[in-house]
Amino acid sequence: MSSQAARARPAAQARRKFTAREKRYVLLGLAFASPWIIGFIAFTVYPFFGSLYYSFTEYDLFQSPKWVGLENYRNVIHDESFYKSLKNTFFMAFIAVPIGLVSSLCIALLLNMKVRGIAFYRTVYYLPAVIPAVAGAMLWSWLLNPEYGLIDIGLRALHLPDPAWLTDPRFTKPSLILMGLWGSGAGALIYLAALHGIPQQYYEAAAMDGANWRHRFMYITLPALSPVTLFQLIMGLIGAFQIFTESFILMGGAAGGPDQSMLFYAVNLYQQAFVFLKMGYASALAWILFVIVMLITVFVFKTSARWVYYGGE
Amino acid sequence: MTSLQSRKERSSTDAAPRLKPKRNIRYTLRKSVIPHTLLIALGIVFLFPFAWLISTSLKTPDEIFKIPPDFIPSEPQWQNYTNALEAIPFMRYVGNTLIICAVNIVGQLLSAPLVAYSIAKIPWRGRNVIFMIIVATMILPPQVTMIPVYIIFSKLGWVNTYLPLTIGSFFGSAFFIFLLRQFFLGIPNELSEAARIDGANELRIYGQIMMPLLKPPLATIVLFTFVSSWTDFLGPLIYLNDAEKWTITVGLQGFLQDHGAQWELLMAAAAIFTIPMVVLYFFGQKFFMKAGSTMTGFK
Repeated sequence: MSSQAARARPAAQARRKFTAREKRYVLLGLAFASPWIIGFIAFTVYPFFGSLYYSFTEYDLFQSPKWVGLENYRNVIHDESFYKSLKNTFFMAFIAVPIGLVSSLCIALLLNMKVRGIAFYRTVYYLPAVIPAVAGAMLWSWLLNPEYGLIDIGLRALHLPDPAWLTDPRFTKPSLILMGLWGSGAGALIYLAALHGIPQQYYEAAAMDGANWRHRFMYITLPALSPVTLFQLIMGLIGAFQIFTESFILMGGAAGGPDQSMLFYAVNLYQQAFVFLKMGYASALAWILFVIVMLITVFVFKTSARWVYYGGE
Repeated sequence: MTSLQSRKERSSTDAAPRLKPKRNIRYTLRKSVIPHTLLIALGIVFLFPFAWLISTSLKTPDEIFKIPPDFIPSEPQWQNYTNALEAIPFMRYVGNTLIICAVNIVGQLLSAPLVAYSIAKIPWRGRNVIFMIIVATMILPPQVTMIPVYIIFSKLGWVNTYLPLTIGSFFGSAFFIFLLRQFFLGIPNELSEAARIDGANELRIYGQIMMPLLKPPLATIVLFTFVSSWTDFLGPLIYLNDAEKWTITVGLQGFLQDHGAQWELLMAAAAIFTIPMVVLYFFGQKFFMKAGSTMTGFK
C-alpha cells in the first residue's frame, strides 16, 4: 500500500511537471483530429444508437416513429425472407469466401514462380479486380446468358450440361462464385506480397532436411501465410454480408432473383428500408446483422490462435 | 563457387542445379516451359471476358445472336459507342459523377492527413484510443448506420442532392487515415521536433514539412477516392431520385432495365464506363499495390 503510494508520488510529480506542455498537445491533437471526431459522432456514434432506437419503433419516414417494443424482432423471427437471405449470405460467406481464398492462393503461387515476364502476368491477373462491380455484373450477365452466352455455348460444344445460370435458382450463387473467381487476382496480390516476405532460409533448411515440396508447402508456406489468410478471411466474411451490387445488377433490379436465391442480407435490408420504407424493421435487421458479424469475427479470432502463426520478427 | 551459389538461389528453391547437358532440356521444361504454359493459359481465361466485352460492343445485333459466335466482328460497328452515349444521357451522368469525385477528393485531402498527423505525430494522450476506434470502425458494417444516416439527411432535406454522397469525405475516411498514419510513422520524429524547437507552430510543421513528404500516399488517396466515387452504386441508388441527377452506375442500371437485350449497346456503355479504371490502373499500379500491402501490414 505504502510502496504503491511512494511509487505514485513521483509519477504525479512528473505529470504535474508536464501538464502545461501535455495540455497543449492534447488541445493540438484534438484540433487536428477534430474532423474525424465530429464525423465519428455524427455519422457513426449517433446512427449506431439511433438504429437501435429505431429498431424498437415503427417508422415510415412520413409519420413520426411509433414505439412498438420488440415487435420488429418478433417479426424478423417469423419472416421467411429473413431466413432465406441469411441462408444465401451464409452460403457466400462459408462456401464462396473459402473457394475465393484457395483460388487467390493458387494464383499467388503461380505468380511466385521465378520466370521471366512475371510482372506482365501479375498485371493481367489483377486486371479483372479493377472492373467496377456494375460493369462486371453487366458483362457476366451477358457471358452467362443461357442461349447466347459464351460460357453455355462453350459448355454445349464440349457436350457438358449448360445450366440456365441466372434464371435457375440452383445456379445463381455459383454464377456469383464464378464472377468472384475472375476477380481473385486482388486477393492473390496480397498473398503474393506475403510469399515474398517468407525468409528463403526456411526453405533451404527444409530442403537440407530432405523435405519435399508438399512438406515445404504444408509446414512452411501455409503457416507463414496464415496471418494473411486470417485477414482475408475476416474481410471476406464481412464482405459477404454486404453483397449487394452484383446481385442487384445480375437480377436486373428484381431484388432476390429466381426463388429468392439471390436475396442476400444487404439486399433484403435495402428492400425493407428503401422499397417498403419499413425503417424500424430494417433497423432491427441491421442490429441483428451487427450481432452476427461481431459473433463471427470473435469466433474466427478465437479459433485463429490454433492455426495462425506469427513470425518472431 | 559463388557463381554456382547465386545461380542456385536464382533458379530454384529445391535440389542442386542440374548442370549436365543431358538434363538441360528437362530443366528448361520444368523451369520455363511449363510455368509459362500455365501462366499463359490462365492469363487467357482472365482476359477473355474483356475481349468478349469489346468484341460484343463492336457487333451488329444479328452477329450477337449468331451461333456459333464469331470472335471478330465482320465489320466493327464503332457507331455502337456513339449510340450508347446517345441512348442514355451518358455525358450528363459522367459530369454528375465527376463532380462527386472531385468534391470527395478535396474532402479527403483536407481531412484525412490532418487526422493522421494528429494520431501519428502529435504526442498527446488519447491518440492511441482514437486510433483504435478508427480501426474498429473499419469493420463496422455500413448497414448498421445506414438507416439513421438516411433519416438525418432526409430531415435536412438533402435527399436527391449530392450532399449525402460527398459530405462524409470531409471528415476523413478511416482507411485513408490508417494508410497515412502508417506512412507518417515512417517519417523520423526528429524532423518535427527540430522544427518545434525552432519555434515553428504545428500547422506550419504540418503544411510545410510534412505535406511535401506525403505526395505518394496522397496520390493513392486521390486515386482510391476517385475509383470509389466513380463506382459507387448503393449511395447514388438510395439518395438520387431524379434521373437527371444520376451517376453513371445508376444510369447504367437504368439502361440495363430499359434495353435488356441490346447487348452491343450495353457492352459499349460498360466499356466506356470501365476504361477510366483500366487507364488509372495502368498508370497507378504501384499505388494500388502499395495500399494493399499497407492494409495487411497491420496485425
